[in-house]
Amino acid sequence: MPQDVGDLYCQIKQDKQIRLDAEFVCKAGEVLAVVGPSGGGKSTLLRMIAGLNHPESGVIRYGERDWFNDGDKIHLTPQQRHLGYVPQHFGLFPNLTALGNVVAALDHIPKAEREPRAKEWLERVNLDGLPDRLPANLSGGQRQRVALARALAREPSVLLLDEPFSAVDRETRERLYLELARLKSQLSIPVIMVTHDLNEALLLADNMILISQGKMLQQGIPHEVLTRPRTEAVAKQMGLRNIFDAYVIAQEEERQITWLKFGEHLIASTYFDSLEVGAKVRWVIPNQGIRFNSIKQRRLCRSFNKLEITIDSMLTMGETVRLIASVKGVKHQLHAEVPLHYSNKIGLAVGVVTEVAFKSELIHILEP
Amino acid sequence: MDWQALLLSVKLSSVTVLILIPFAIFVSRFLAYRQFRGKSWVEALIMVPLVLPPTVIGYYLLVGLGSQSWLGQTLESLFGHQLVFNFSGLVIASILVNIPFAIQPIQRSFEAVPEDVRDAAACCGMSRLKVLFKIELPMVWPGVLTALVLCFSHVLGEFGVVLMMGGNIAGETKTIAISIYDSVQAFDFASAGQMSLVLLIFAVTVLAFTTSLSRRMGAGHASRRR
Repeated sequence: MPQDVGDLYCQIKQDKQIRLDAEFVCKAGEVLAVVGPSGGGKSTLLRMIAGLNHPESGVIRYGERDWFNDGDKIHLTPQQRHLGYVPQHFGLFPNLTALGNVVAALDHIPKAEREPRAKEWLERVNLDGLPDRLPANLSGGQRQRVALARALAREPSVLLLDEPFSAVDRETRERLYLELARLKSQLSIPVIMVTHDLNEALLLADNMILISQGKMLQQGIPHEVLTRPRTEAVAKQMGLRNIFDAYVIAQEEERQITWLKFGEHLIASTYFDSLEVGAKVRWVIPNQGIRFNSIKQRRLCRSFNKLEITIDSMLTMGETVRLIASVKGVKHQLHAEVPLHYSNKIGLAVGVVTEVAFKSELIHILEP
Repeated sequence: MDWQALLLSVKLSSVTVLILIPFAIFVSRFLAYRQFRGKSWVEALIMVPLVLPPTVIGYYLLVGLGSQSWLGQTLESLFGHQLVFNFSGLVIASILVNIPFAIQPIQRSFEAVPEDVRDAAACCGMSRLKVLFKIELPMVWPGVLTALVLCFSHVLGEFGVVLMMGGNIAGETKTIAISIYDSVQAFDFASAGQMSLVLLIFAVTVLAFTTSLSRRMGAGHASRRR
């Protein structure tokens, strides 16, 4: 039977085997991405929500109903949780056709309705021409869609997707992104998607949690986690490489500026009221916060946060140039990515001395 | 050609596989999916009949199930007759000796069922029994068939255990292998030759069949992995 739509609350802690420590809520109608490096416990977390693994302790609650509660010794089976689960390799039943796979998940409705309902779902995922094919005769993208149709046809309380795009080629992946984005607007249940790809979280998720070595590091809107990582560990997990030391030298509440001393440079950042003057801080700047000076036109001449740099190395990767530069008066190196055409236009090359400017609003001070 | 012995052997093989294979399916599934303390000891125990001489197994069964033992007496009161030198005793002996032949191929097949598939089945709301019959058995049937064929042919050719446990009673415990031995003892080489040829042809056919099945099984797994 379809259940009333509710939020999913999850608080899990375990120390043995795979270490896990996480607490989060996934609201109905929301896509929550669980992001983190491989082997960090993401899939284990998903399996625990599905009821396929038992956590050592904690609570998993859907709406008002406990699915797992170690205190009250409640542990519902996957069958009792009535959820939709798409495993990493889709888990299609190889002996059943695409249609048979979807029908197999429809035990909760009368027998006569199952086949029409399954066909309807195959149509919804654009697979209406292939109901009689066995999984072995379907492409990766088609298999993924059968698995998605099978999970959704159950009218699940929660949809769980384990690395849903990792087993398909790039072109298929792009198409599936669009389909999931379209489907998302039609779903009113909590959707939890495990991924190691931050881009997928940015594209598809309303909210994300970052997990590393079993520990939940941060929860928030993906863009916010990317631009406002709470700690250095989060910043590193998010792929941010420009993490530097600085001292707070002044707080200007009126103008909402915190002044930092970075080597011999003065840096203006957005205001962080909790900081005391003289405190040593770690701060981070994402790539989009670094502006390069046009060497010929000197456009940055009136910008804030101007720094002189010398380009140490450049590596062209596709349409992007990755460069490492020394900052004058600071022992740190700056990492940046610049579109190839722009790099050519402004004349960046190894050995060139130029200027960059940091956008104040994108400078972020990390928690100690 | 001792038709009575051949028929008795076929009957013994059929009864053995009918009892053993369903039991082996459940045990193999358990061993394939579950991790528990002492698992390797259990697996080693299952394999014992492969390395122990059949006469040794036969000796223990004879002593263990004979009317002198506590177990033998209990079973005798339960069945109404003693188990040694009797067809039902032969069935018990054949089942015990063939456990590794039944469990090994089925366990390997269950181990090859991807975890993703089992997880998805559970999340589709299927009960364990339904998962077994609807999803797993269609995937592991080559293993089940291999086990069935191996056990059937192994029982058909069993000699040591049968001789120790059943003796040589025509129509009751005299199987084709014993009959061949008897014929040779009586210098009836024509009859022994005929029966041996039947067993040889059967063995080669069975081996060809199981080899082709395991190849098909390998191909099936490869296509599932694709």
